[in-house]
Amino acid sequence: MGISRWLASPCLKRLGLTVLLALAFIVASPVKADPGQALLADLADASPRQIDAAIEAIVDSGDPRARDWLDAYGNNRLSRNKNTGQVVEVLRNVGRNWTIADPLTGDNLGEISRRELDRVNINNAIRGKLEGVLAMLDLYSDDPEVQENAAEAMMGKVNNSVVNPLNKLLERDLPGPVRNRIEESVAIYQLEQGDSQARVEAIDVLTGSLHSNARAALNNAVAGDDPAAAARAKQALVSIEQKLQMNRVAETLYFGLSLGSVLVLAAIGLAITFGVMGVINMAHGELIMLGAYTTWGMQQLLPGQPGLALILSIPAGFLVAALAGIAIERSVIQHLKGRPLETLLATFGVSLILQQLVRTVISPLNRSVTTPEWMSGSLVINDALSLTLNRMYVIGFALVVFAGLMLIMRKTRLGLEVRAVTQNRAMARSMGIRATRVDILTFGLGSGVAGLAGVALSQITNVGPNLGQNYIIDSFMVVVFGGVGNLWGTLLAGLSLGTINQILEPWAGSVLAKIMVLVLIILFIQKRPKGLFPQKGRAAEG
Amino acid sequence: MWLTRPLQERSTQVFLGVLFAAVALVTLLHLIMPEGHALHVSAYTVTLLGKYLCYALLAVAVDLVWGYLGILSLGHGAFFALGGYAMGMYLMRQIGDRGTYGDPVLPDFMVFLNWDSLPWYWQGFDMAWFAFIMVLLAPGLLALVFGFLAFRSRVTGVYLSIITQALTFALMLAFFRNEMGFGGNNGLTDFRDIVGFNLRTDATRLGLFIATGIALAVGYVICRGIVTSKLGRVSIACRDAEARTRFLGYRVEWVQLFVFVVSAMLAGVAGALYVPQVGIINPSEFSPLFSIEIVVWVALGGRATLYGAVIGAILVNYAKTVFTGVMPDAWLFALGGLFVLVTVFLPKGIAGLLQKRRKQEDDDPTENGSYKPQSKEASA
Amino acid sequence: MSVFEQLSNRDRVFEFLAPEASPVDVRHGPILYLEDVNVSFDGFRAINNLNLTIDDGELRCIIGPNGAGKTTMMDIITGKTRPDTGSVWFGSRHNLLTMNEPDIASLGIGRKFQKPTVFEALTVFENLELAMAADKRIWPTLTAIMKAEYRDRIDEVLEMIGLKQLRDKPAGILSHGQKQWLEIGMLLMQKPRLLLVDEPVAGMTEQEMERTAELLTSLAGKQSVVVVEHDMGFVRSIARQVTVLHQGSVLAEGTMDQVSNDPEVIKVYLGEEA
Repeated sequence: MGISRWLASPCLKRLGLTVLLALAFIVASPVKADPGQALLADLADASPRQIDAAIEAIVDSGDPRARDWLDAYGNNRLSRNKNTGQVVEVLRNVGRNWTIADPLTGDNLGEISRRELDRVNINNAIRGKLEGVLAMLDLYSDDPEVQENAAEAMMGKVNNSVVNPLNKLLERDLPGPVRNRIEESVAIYQLEQGDSQARVEAIDVLTGSLHSNARAALNNAVAGDDPAAAARAKQALVSIEQKLQMNRVAETLYFGLSLGSVLVLAAIGLAITFGVMGVINMAHGELIMLGAYTTWGMQQLLPGQPGLALILSIPAGFLVAALAGIAIERSVIQHLKGRPLETLLATFGVSLILQQLVRTVISPLNRSVTTPEWMSGSLVINDALSLTLNRMYVIGFALVVFAGLMLIMRKTRLGLEVRAVTQNRAMARSMGIRATRVDILTFGLGSGVAGLAGVALSQITNVGPNLGQNYIIDSFMVVVFGGVGNLWGTLLAGLSLGTINQILEPWAGSVLAKIMVLVLIILFIQKRPKGLFPQKGRAAEG
Repeated sequence: MWLTRPLQERSTQVFLGVLFAAVALVTLLHLIMPEGHALHVSAYTVTLLGKYLCYALLAVAVDLVWGYLGILSLGHGAFFALGGYAMGMYLMRQIGDRGTYGDPVLPDFMVFLNWDSLPWYWQGFDMAWFAFIMVLLAPGLLALVFGFLAFRSRVTGVYLSIITQALTFALMLAFFRNEMGFGGNNGLTDFRDIVGFNLRTDATRLGLFIATGIALAVGYVICRGIVTSKLGRVSIACRDAEARTRFLGYRVEWVQLFVFVVSAMLAGVAGALYVPQVGIINPSEFSPLFSIEIVVWVALGGRATLYGAVIGAILVNYAKTVFTGVMPDAWLFALGGLFVLVTVFLPKGIAGLLQKRRKQEDDDPTENGSYKPQSKEASA
Repeated sequence: MSVFEQLSNRDRVFEFLAPEASPVDVRHGPILYLEDVNVSFDGFRAINNLNLTIDDGELRCIIGPNGAGKTTMMDIITGKTRPDTGSVWFGSRHNLLTMNEPDIASLGIGRKFQKPTVFEALTVFENLELAMAADKRIWPTLTAIMKAEYRDRIDEVLEMIGLKQLRDKPAGILSHGQKQWLEIGMLLMQKPRLLLVDEPVAGMTEQEMERTAELLTSLAGKQSVVVVEHDMGFVRSIARQVTVLHQGSVLAEGTMDQVSNDPEVIKVYLGEEA
């Protein structure tokens, strides 16, 4: 072993250590001294009283490896080789022989009997302090993300050992969020430990904070024995509560919009087949399910590329559902023209068959669909409000699909023909419109959109045979609520129903909220039997 | 009298004759034939048949509103279940202190949930007469309120169907909640006895079977009485041309409401007889699938005939018993296929086939076998 | 309107309070009175400041090109459509705008639709039975018994409309003309004070038309009749007073000769026909 490479520190402070090192490395030929060796040795040798100083020395050294050392120390992985006196890091502590490494270079030093090793002492008090110290180290990191996380971790953990370094840190130039967070954590410390002047200042700092630790500290201050601080803290809490309230409203709205856009996606296809064509397709939910399973299948085909699979699923899901829809239209629905109740029953039968088919062919259990990395995570607005990205994508997707459908229905030849056929079939035919072809295309379009809804849903709920069932009633409600035959109505109805549901949920629970929404719709239909945007005039009389 | 009029028409006489003969035959075969004999009808089979008869009554109730009023209710399972729960609550109270926890008043699930007293809506269910009134009243009131709201604002057709489906779906969600006080997921079960008879004896089971047969007969006669009355013809008028009926001076919404409430009460009775025979009631009876299944029984049997509904209910449920025993996975395929086949190829159901054959035999040019010619009406 | 508001509405006469005899008060003038009625559908003005008065026992013909608002006017009178503004009175006591279709029908306004609507699943006899003036509430309807006098009356009307042979056949098998007759028969069974007849002779033969004309003129006097018709020959054969509707308001009113010489009328309507 290249013990000769091990160098003695040139600036040893403690006599005992000097003697020991002199004995241990008597043959060493110093080329260049590594200060880390001495620091670690100091730590290993320190008596319980000296440990603080030893840790501080390591921190003050500014050595980039300091973090790893302290981390290893905190995790009981720093030991001393009884034979050589060398401080080593234990990589694997299973069995009789442990694997060790050199903490200075990171070199693997092979295995050694655990009896040869002497663990560097640590106790819980130190470990607690160490956490703060490690966070301190991270605060000095060049990586802004590490820095931010460390600042976050500092909240509520400030103690007398880190408060001074933190104040020192604040003198430096720091990014805004990091500075705020550190100021807040110091303020929490001051609120608990400082004098009354410091407390008041601390409360002022915390007034703007939405962090739960800040609120906890203020609550403590309210209950505390300093009346001036208590009064001020109470005020601060009130203003925080107002801000939180606003954030909660924003969050509810966001969830409402996101649930609403899911409803819009699920219902918009139905708005075409039911609203525009007048066909009751109870298998609509199962077409959504097919879209979701297409996403799952695509991910099975392209393992490891969930993002690509998801993007490919958009056209694939549309096609699969559209073809299935056309098959249903040709085989069942066209024979039941003008008999809506029978159509309802027959398509319900189709939905049962499709569900059972999925159960038999794939599995009765839920399949898991991976969310690509760029869709996971969330957008943090502040401490109390963060918006999940996948829902944001769904909202955007719903709007894009809606806009696309609107364009098709308003600006294309197909849209014109659809409207002609639905208003007066015989007349449209006599004008040379092939009504059957229009039926197929329209139904395919509506069904395809259901497939798109399935692709989107696969990102936010479980993909299973019952997926469609869970949305069919809601979808019909949205279409009826919005006014049959009106796409704008469907959009507005979906978004508002979603929002209402989310508003009711916190104080009624999800099941009751759902029931209340259903009752609400039934009552609404009392007032406006034809929905939000009824069709008026002769055409509506049917 | 409108209730006795059906007894004078031949189709009702035939129906009642066949029904009583069948019930009597089953009873005799159960009692007289020794166990193990090929012709012996076991207590299990008696209960199974009793269950079919409950379904038949339910189907008759659905046919009354769908066939004669044109209201496709996809929520009749809710009325069935409410009647069942009313009966279940009575049976629960009859358990008394014989439950697992031995509480003299509280049912087991309430003890389990640490409730210390009976909720107000459980009061009175220890008395049979009260419970039996609630069997009619609970579904009747729901139908009254719901129907009033829906019919008053002229919600009909597909819209009404979807809203009835939403209704039963909402109730299912509600009954799944433990806080509702109806046993949540597990529902009500572990029944001991009914009006003093032990539910676990064969004699009680036979009695329930016979009671169900009588209930079906009475329900059938009531429905028949309504559809052969002038009100029945007004119902058909509402079904086929609602606006026109209004211009004749009939309050369409009241007609619809009346028939709907009667139908809901019949469904409630069916549910109440069903519960002691199967020994459990839970929220799955509220599931939209069950409600829509009822409709397919009626469709298969033949809409607007009443006896068709009975045939359809018994056939489909017999098939279900066989299928789920032999190949459970195939049942939903078969059921789904049935929906499609009946609506596309057999719009008039089995009764339609029977009528067609009879018409060919009699060479009767009139199309409607289900309504009696007017002239006979005068004698009633 | 909530139930409570309905209850506190002093204009409303409840069924149990209403007198048994015909409640329509015509002592102070016309049986039907429309004033300044306006209706628009999605911005389209179907009825535009319409004023119309029908006297008791009058036979009035209403003509006008397509889209003149004839059917919409009928819808307003029978309670199917609510006007945006204006008032509609039946006699001097009943404000029709506060009533619904069955109430208006029970009050004595009968209507025959442009497209004949009969109950196809019911027999001809049953169609007439349902139309018959009777207590039309639920329980009386359920317990109703076919008395001999009712049957005689139905048979009488069957004779009148020439459908005696088809008495027990479902109305669905009738021809278009026969359905027209059945509808007229149903109107007769209702014994209304005011008959609104929308295009009664469409699909009828020359001979049937004559019979219809005869029937309608015989009714006038006892009952008030409003006929909307396209067939000018038919109108000429029955009309005493003719009202011409155009774009939702009255263009001209008078005898057939008067209106057919009106230059405005010739321009918009008769000109096209002649």
